[in-house]
Amino acid sequence: MSFSEILNIGLMQGFAGLSLFSVLLLMGLGLAIIFGQMGVINMAHGEFMTIGAYTIYLFSQLTETYAPALAQAYFPFAIAAAFVFAFIVGWLVEWAFIRHLYQRPLDTLLATWGLSLGMQQIFRSSFGAKEVSATLPDWLMGSWAPKDGLDIPINGLFVMALTLIVTGGVLLALYKSRWGLRVRATVSNRVMANAIGINTTRTDRVTFAIGCGVAGVAGAAFTTIGSTGPTSGSLYIVDAFLVVTFGGAASLWGTVVSAFGIAQTQSVAEFFLSGSNAKVLTLLLIVSILMLRPQGLFAAKIRR
Amino acid sequence: MKANGLIRTVYGNYWSVAILALILLVLFPLSMDIFRLNLVGKYLTYGFVAIGLVMLWGYAGVLSLGQGVFFGLGGYAMAMFLKLEASDPVSTAIQSTPGIPDFMDWNQLTALPWWWQPFHSLPFALFAVIAVPSLLALIISFAMFKRRVGGVYFAIITQAVALILSVLIIGQQGFTGGVNGITDLKTLLGWDIRSDSARYVLYFANAALLLGAIVLCRLIQQSKLGTLLLAMRDKEDRVRFSGYDVAMFKVFTFCLAAALSAIGGAMFALQVGFMSPSFVGIVPSIEMVIFAAIGGRMSLVGAIYGTLLVNFGKTYFSESFPDLWLFLMAALFIGVVMAFPNGLAGLYESHVKPWLAARRSKATKAAARVAPTAPTHRPTAPASPAAAAGELGLAGKISSQIA
Repeated sequence: MSFSEILNIGLMQGFAGLSLFSVLLLMGLGLAIIFGQMGVINMAHGEFMTIGAYTIYLFSQLTETYAPALAQAYFPFAIAAAFVFAFIVGWLVEWAFIRHLYQRPLDTLLATWGLSLGMQQIFRSSFGAKEVSATLPDWLMGSWAPKDGLDIPINGLFVMALTLIVTGGVLLALYKSRWGLRVRATVSNRVMANAIGINTTRTDRVTFAIGCGVAGVAGAAFTTIGSTGPTSGSLYIVDAFLVVTFGGAASLWGTVVSAFGIAQTQSVAEFFLSGSNAKVLTLLLIVSILMLRPQGLFAAKIRR
Repeated sequence: MKANGLIRTVYGNYWSVAILALILLVLFPLSMDIFRLNLVGKYLTYGFVAIGLVMLWGYAGVLSLGQGVFFGLGGYAMAMFLKLEASDPVSTAIQSTPGIPDFMDWNQLTALPWWWQPFHSLPFALFAVIAVPSLLALIISFAMFKRRVGGVYFAIITQAVALILSVLIIGQQGFTGGVNGITDLKTLLGWDIRSDSARYVLYFANAALLLGAIVLCRLIQQSKLGTLLLAMRDKEDRVRFSGYDVAMFKVFTFCLAAALSAIGGAMFALQVGFMSPSFVGIVPSIEMVIFAAIGGRMSLVGAIYGTLLVNFGKTYFSESFPDLWLFLMAALFIGVVMAFPNGLAGLYESHVKPWLAARRSKATKAAARVAPTAPTHRPTAPASPAAAAGELGLAGKISSQIA
């Protein structure tokens, strides 16, 4: 094997790791807001991603039937719509269930699990039990080959770019906007935040809804990689929770770092072992590290 | 007078167990054919997990979403023994390597792996049914609780463990039978477990074990340990400051729940004749939590009724209205958590019991008036009104504090 071949394999392997990293980070971001900032265990997080994915499917079907001319352009709008839909559902869910359960985290867990079962059945009844995939615009297909023997899939690049935008957006919003200020104030001291005039109830609702909206965008991005079924969401949920917990629940940067670590570990392990063994090895590593360092990589510097 | 008081205590604490025993040991066998009874027996094996969760979640306040792991490990330990007995060289003569389980042969294994070897012996298998899950529970819980990790984080870690084990079992097809699991279990020491008479025997053995487990847990609840568990759930710091090692109480309860689940798994393998990873993963583990939640997370007997009810409902609905079942399950989860956190037993405590008491006499009416004012949205000890005058008074008072 020549040097350039090894270099190509290394590059593609690195890219596979990076692409897994963006997937994990996108999954974890919404949860980092909901679980990390608010402390709510949302087991229906995966289903909010599925809402986003089905939104893309719906849009692709609609453009195909009514406006085939727009087939190349619908995708960005569909992603925005995925955010809006997931945001609205998240708002309603917070209003109907979550706000009654803030004092009982374990009960939230069970209630949202029940919610996820219900949502799965709704997906199954309205879109069918079979997996569907959206018709993607041509510019998302194929791969980019900067030189011989090196193939970089475009959809991977797209997911990566989207992850970059969403992560940047969330970080900016959380640390530079009024909303972010209110969220951080509520998280670090709810009573005091209330006393200085922050409407914590409203902040909670908007925060939860934004987290769900980000999950919707994540689900939308995943349609470029794989197909969507009613139970796709449940495949991601444990991974997403581990990414957030491993990073240190209250730290957004921790989520970024842990997603990177987990993705690289898994993709390197996958190079040497079979897929399921690599998964087991990665999960075992995460669980053992969490047992030794339960607060995660980046501990919160606030009083609980 | 003292003997009278003792009788009243036993009556007050165990009459619900006696009624359950009557239903399980007399009513069900008389009213059902062997097929239905075997089905009930299968549900009752989940009951072991449910009472383990009552101790762990209701009493110690630790929610585990990985009880399927222990159910599965117990079941697999039993199934491995039964599978080895079913695959003697004579009946597996058509395989390319006779004498090893069929799925190993299909996966081109030519010899039994070393860790399968000890499962030739029944005593070892029975030992492993209890020991392996308890050991795993000990490792997980010791590492976590000693570092004071609890609540939500513990739930997530147990869930990750459930995911790891199910991925591992499915991935290692040659050693574990993969997705199909270990099937075609035939005999236990030459005794055909698939015959009707064997199914009756196994049903009664299972029900007796379950009732025994309930009595054991009830004894623990009434001991000082039970009171401490409740106190720990409600005001952990105070118990710690009183000089108790809080973590070790939690470790003990987690191991107890794991061992109970494992017994359930082993009985499952015996009664149903197979074991598969579909009982190990995250979904079954969380489903088992709802059994305990429906029946009442504070009531051992209630958890059994909850298990039976949910499983009968599941069988009925998924046969007749498969689309509705998940909606109903969703409604159960949300409804129980939002409206009836104490499940069926809680409803009984807050509605039926005062009504009964009011009918019985004027003297008990005064006590009944206390019961509805107790905060119904908080877990309360199931026996608290009955034992208000008895030994459980302390436990009752503690548990009505805010968790």
